Amino acid sequence: MITDEDGRQMSQKAPLLEMKNIQKEFFGNQVLTDINLILKEGEVLGLVGENGAGKSTLMKILFGMDVIRDTGGYGGDILLNGEKTDFKTPFEALAAGIGMVHQEFSLIPGFTATENILLNREPKKHSVISEVFGERLDVLNRKQMTEKADTSIEKMGVKIDGSMVIHDMPVGHKQFTEIARELSKDQLKLLILDEPTAVLTEKEAEALLDSIRGMASRGIAVIFITHRLQEILDVCDRVVVMRDGYVVQDVLSKETNVTEITRWMVGRNVDTAAKAEIRDNPDAPITMSIRNLWVDMPGETVRNVTLDVREGEILGIGGLAGQGKLGIPNGIMGLYDAGGEVILRGQRIPLNEPRACLNASMAFVSEDRRGVGLLLDETLEWNIAFPAMQIQNKFLKPYLGGLIKWRDEKAIHDITQRYIDELAIKCTSSKQKAKELSGGNQQKVCLAKAFALEPGFLFVSEPTRGIDVGAKALVLEALKKFNRESGVTIVMISSELEELRQTCDRIAIVSGGKVAGILPATESAEQFGLLMISQVK
Amino acid sequence: MIISAFLLALFIMAPIVGVDLPSQITNVINRFSWNAVLVLAMVPMVHSGCGLNFGLPLGIVSGLLGATLSLEFGFTGPLSFIMAAVIATPFAIVLGLGYGALLNRIKGGEMMIATYVGFSSVSFMCMMWLLLPYHKADMVWGLSGKGLRTTISLEGYYDKVLSNFLQINIGKISIPVGALLLFALLAFAMWAFLHTKTGTAMTAVGSNPTFAKAAGIKVNKIRMLSVVMSTWLAAIGILVYVQGFGFIQLYMAPFYMALPAVSAILIGGASVNKATIMNVIIGTILFQGIVTMTPTVMNSVIHTDMSEVIRVIASQGMILYALTRRSEVTR
Repeated sequence: MITDEDGRQMSQKAPLLEMKNIQKEFFGNQVLTDINLILKEGEVLGLVGENGAGKSTLMKILFGMDVIRDTGGYGGDILLNGEKTDFKTPFEALAAGIGMVHQEFSLIPGFTATENILLNREPKKHSVISEVFGERLDVLNRKQMTEKADTSIEKMGVKIDGSMVIHDMPVGHKQFTEIARELSKDQLKLLILDEPTAVLTEKEAEALLDSIRGMASRGIAVIFITHRLQEILDVCDRVVVMRDGYVVQDVLSKETNVTEITRWMVGRNVDTAAKAEIRDNPDAPITMSIRNLWVDMPGETVRNVTLDVREGEILGIGGLAGQGKLGIPNGIMGLYDAGGEVILRGQRIPLNEPRACLNASMAFVSEDRRGVGLLLDETLEWNIAFPAMQIQNKFLKPYLGGLIKWRDEKAIHDITQRYIDELAIKCTSSKQKAKELSGGNQQKVCLAKAFALEPGFLFVSEPTRGIDVGAKALVLEALKKFNRESGVTIVMISSELEELRQTCDRIAIVSGGKVAGILPATESAEQFGLLMISQVK
Repeated sequence: MIISAFLLALFIMAPIVGVDLPSQITNVINRFSWNAVLVLAMVPMVHSGCGLNFGLPLGIVSGLLGATLSLEFGFTGPLSFIMAAVIATPFAIVLGLGYGALLNRIKGGEMMIATYVGFSSVSFMCMMWLLLPYHKADMVWGLSGKGLRTTISLEGYYDKVLSNFLQINIGKISIPVGALLLFALLAFAMWAFLHTKTGTAMTAVGSNPTFAKAAGIKVNKIRMLSVVMSTWLAAIGILVYVQGFGFIQLYMAPFYMALPAVSAILIGGASVNKATIMNVIIGTILFQGIVTMTPTVMNSVIHTDMSEVIRVIASQGMILYALTRRSEVTR
């Protein structure tokens, strides 16, 4: 009897969700370290952090997504109502009362809101046929469906026509339909919202925040992930800030403010201004001027960028994911549809023509190393020499009195060997295939490829994405050296502010497809953080 | 590997079961010389990432147009062969350009579409062989005096012109040096081309089209070039084939030409995105070796004439085996 009593009391006291010492690594990269998180019933928790801080990975672990197990599982314990759980599939998580609304919509466009909300959980009617052939031939109970859907829509405090077909809806309503679907599940105890307000207008976002408060008051716990920090302060009870796979802060939201959160988000050494060798020379002539650039790159749309790049500087372009910073180099170099005006040293660069850019002695190191940057199945020699051969006719040797030109294997070998030594590329030989190298070394090959073109202007996009700390430093150093010694103007795009502040002279922050502002790299991290989350009109 | 062991076993078994080995070797060499150029035609499209050229019949049809027109215009002897090649060239280029334009619109599904391009070109030509105004008495149906026959003898024209050119006879083995020389010449030209700037670009396009685009290469143009090269090589390939075979086969015959060539290069160790000249040579020897040797050796073993049945089983089985070995590369 006593133990029973104790047991019940225990479970009443135990928080709804407790995550203990969660660890996760992807291919040797530690992405989560010792995450501890407690969530009580009816509590709204704001989860913030820069891109790559580990928020999504943490949520994937909680939700039992396949990718976690495919990459070797995780360490630590997840306790739900004080009981240890380990979801093998999202279905188990759903059954346990966890709902998740993803950034991307998972709705069937041709179905109505009601049908989407109750998909595969529809109330059914038996009929003669289903009596004979089993319940798979039950008929949907339309009336009851409408009622159920309407109640869950009502719970959010918004008005959506349940009979409206999804693809006729504005995005905001789609988002609400997704949430209504989660709410219609009777067992729902914990709802994860991954950037639900990103696509909403201000008014819709407000309605959503209201509905979050409503849910909380009915005892549903909410984990709310967003980049709009003000919303966190408005709606959440507690804020958890993540950075580089650690939880760096866990505070009550009424005890903090936007500036403070920003500072926690962006870096530990907020006060150490970037390295001394940063030069900001306002008198330097302008090398490239970009006017009203738009780029149609999926997920990284550039709307209206106007930017001047000065001769000989390293200009950083930062900003949150999806705001368009990656679209800028990809658009200028002709890999995605673009429009506007780009002038390099007084010469207009035609857009949508990769060849013209390359002929104008521009080079580009793509963020998509494996997709765009490398010939994975070819040797390092080919990878490094190829663009220079095609564009500048280097490494070709004439035979038969110039009648035919063959690859000059020796020259190719020499230049590859030179860059292998210079950039310390770890490989068995210059004949090794590019796919066999590690990420960091592949990145160095991409740099060598660009260096071999001896460009006058270099775009480098996410040079340190997915590579470890040691390789990061080497890559950044190589870039800096290339700039300082050869006087090449470099525009470097990165999601990691800290890295930009260490390497660049000036940093432009892109938000909503536009330049939110340009600051010298010595400016404080808070200033950059504010620009990142600012809405450019 | 298994295939080479099997072929070796056949060669060893042949004399034991009483098959005339020298004539078999002559057979294998001959068939190699007939088919090698057709297999070589696979190489450019594989390099540019268009996959295996299942649309080979298109090139073959252009070759056959050259083959028949050369006769129609009254050329004889070795000259008729050269003229056949000359006449086939513009057809191959024009058809290749159209075919290339089509393939550029359906990136990713090249091999499926290519198969049907091949099939439909054969069917279309079935009509044309009847309707085109050929008059040469050697070629048209005897009774009506119009429409080409299904099989046209090349005696007096270019029957074995290449095979007999510089032919070497060692005992009972005879080697068709001329045909082998032409193949060597074309293979060398292909190898040389792949070493040029454009050839390098072609390989890069096949390896990673986005990389090539970022390096300022006009991907569609390179692919087009590869398709034209492949089609032209197929045209020359069928001319070499018919001169060795001694007969021009029209109507449905080109229908079945693509699969053996595809299989040969796959058995030679090529993948859908990578192929070398060595793949062509090894693959053709292995494929033709098996197809020639299996029926005769089997016949002698079981002492009944089932050669046709066994030939079909062996050649189709080889194709099946080769297609299962098709490997994709990392993306």
